[in-house]
Amino acid sequence: MTPSRVAFAAILGKDLRSELRTLQSLPAMALFAVTAFIIFRFGLDRTSLSGSLASGVLWATLLFAAVLGINRLFVAEREEGGFDAIRLAPIDRSVLFAAKAAALIVYLVALELIAVPIFAVFFLDSAAALGPLVLVLVLTDLGLAAVGTLISSMAVNSRARDLLVPLVLLPLVVPLMIAATGATEPLMIVGGPGYHRFGTWLMVLGLYDLIFALIGWAVFDFLLED
Amino acid sequence: MYGNSQMYGKGLRPLSIATVLAFAVSLSLIFFYAPLETDQGFIQKIFYLHVPLAITALVGFVVGAIFAVAHLRTDNRKWDAYSYVAIHISVIFAVGGLITGSIWAKASWGHWWVWNEPTLVSFLIVFLLYCTYYPFRYAIEDRDRQARYASVFAVTAGAFVPLNFMAVRMAQSLVHPRVFATAEGGMPGSMLLTFLVSLTAFALLWTTLLKFELVAKSAAGQVRRLRLALDAPGTASSSRIAPEVH
Repeated sequence: MTPSRVAFAAILGKDLRSELRTLQSLPAMALFAVTAFIIFRFGLDRTSLSGSLASGVLWATLLFAAVLGINRLFVAEREEGGFDAIRLAPIDRSVLFAAKAAALIVYLVALELIAVPIFAVFFLDSAAALGPLVLVLVLTDLGLAAVGTLISSMAVNSRARDLLVPLVLLPLVVPLMIAATGATEPLMIVGGPGYHRFGTWLMVLGLYDLIFALIGWAVFDFLLED
Repeated sequence: MYGNSQMYGKGLRPLSIATVLAFAVSLSLIFFYAPLETDQGFIQKIFYLHVPLAITALVGFVVGAIFAVAHLRTDNRKWDAYSYVAIHISVIFAVGGLITGSIWAKASWGHWWVWNEPTLVSFLIVFLLYCTYYPFRYAIEDRDRQARYASVFAVTAGAFVPLNFMAVRMAQSLVHPRVFATAEGGMPGSMLLTFLVSLTAFALLWTTLLKFELVAKSAAGQVRRLRLALDAPGTASSSRIAPEVH
C-alpha cells in the first residue's frame, strides 16, 4: 500500500502539471469572470459598487466561474481511463477526493488572484476590503472544493454531466453563498470595511467546510466502486 | 424471489385504515374543535395542513437519507428502493407544503411569497435540491451505479437540510410563526392537540403511501419479469426509470 501522502502528492502534481500543459480550465474561468464583470457593469448600469451589490456581483461571478472548473475536474480521469488506474493502484480511494479537492482549491485561488484585483479595479473605491476578504475567500474555496469535487465525481459518470453539475451544485452551495456574501457585504460598504457579524459568518463557513469535507471523505469510496 | 411483494404489503390494510381514521379525527378536530384564531380567523386553519405537510416532507427527506445509509452499508437494493420512494413522496408533500404556505402567506401577510421569511426560503432551497434528484438519478444508466450514486446524493442532501435551515435563518429576520415556540408559549392546548393529531395523520399518510408505492413497484417488476420470462426465457431487462424492486 502506497502511503496516502505520497499518493496525494502524485495525483495533485499530475493534475496541476496537466492543467499547466493543456490550460483547459483556468484561462476559461478567468476570462469568464472578467466578461461577467463587464456584463454586470452594463446590466446594473453602475461604474462603482458597494455593500450588498458589490458582494453579490463578486460572489455570483466567482461561483459561476468555479462551476466551469468543477465541470472539467474529472473529465480527463473519465476519458483517459484515470478512474481505472486509481482503482487498480494500491492506495486509499479517499486520497483521490483529497487530491482533487486540493487541485480545485489551487484553481480557485488562481482564479481569485486574477478576478478579485480586477473586480477591485473595476468597481471598488478603496482596496481596504481586500485584506479581510482573503479569509472569506479561503474558507469559501474550501467549501466549494469539497462540494464541487463530490458533485463533479458523480456527474462525470452520467450522461448529462455538464448539465448536472450546475443543477445539483447550485442548491447545495446556497448556504455557502449566504455566509460568504453576508461576510463580504459589510467589508465593501461605503466608508471603509465594516465587520458586522463577520466572525459569525466565518464560523458558518467553517462549519459548512467541515461537514462537507467529512461527507465527501466518507462517501467517496462508494463512487469509485464498480 | 417471486411473491416478495407480500413483504412490502405486510400490514398495509391496517395502516390504511388507521390513516383514514386519523384523517377523519384530525379534520373533525380542525373544523369543529380547534378555536378560531382571533387575528387571522378561518384562514389560520390551513396551519393544520401546511405545517404537518412541511414537517413530514423534511423528516421524510432525512428518513430517505437514513435508508440510503442502509443501502450503502448493506449493499441491499431494497434500501435504495425505500430511499427513492421516501424522497419521491416527500417531494410531493413538499409541493403541498409550498402551495399551502403560499396561500397562508397571501392571506395573512398579503403576499404570495415573502423573501425575508427564513423557513419559507430554506424550504424552497431544500425542495429545489431534491428536485434535482430525478434528473441526477436518470442520467446514470448502469443500475448498480445509479443506486449507489442516488444513495450518496440522498446522504449528502440529508445532511444539507439542517445546515441550510441554519444558514438561511441567520441571514434573515424572524417573522415566521415559530410552531414550537408558540407551542410552549402562546398556542392554546386545544390547538396544540389538533396540530399533533393532524401531524400524526400526515405521518401515517406518508408511511401508507410509501408502502403502497413499494408494493406497486414490486408488483410491476414481477409482472415485467414474468412477461419477459414467457416471451424470451433467460433474458431479464428492466425499466430505466425508478429502482428495481424485487
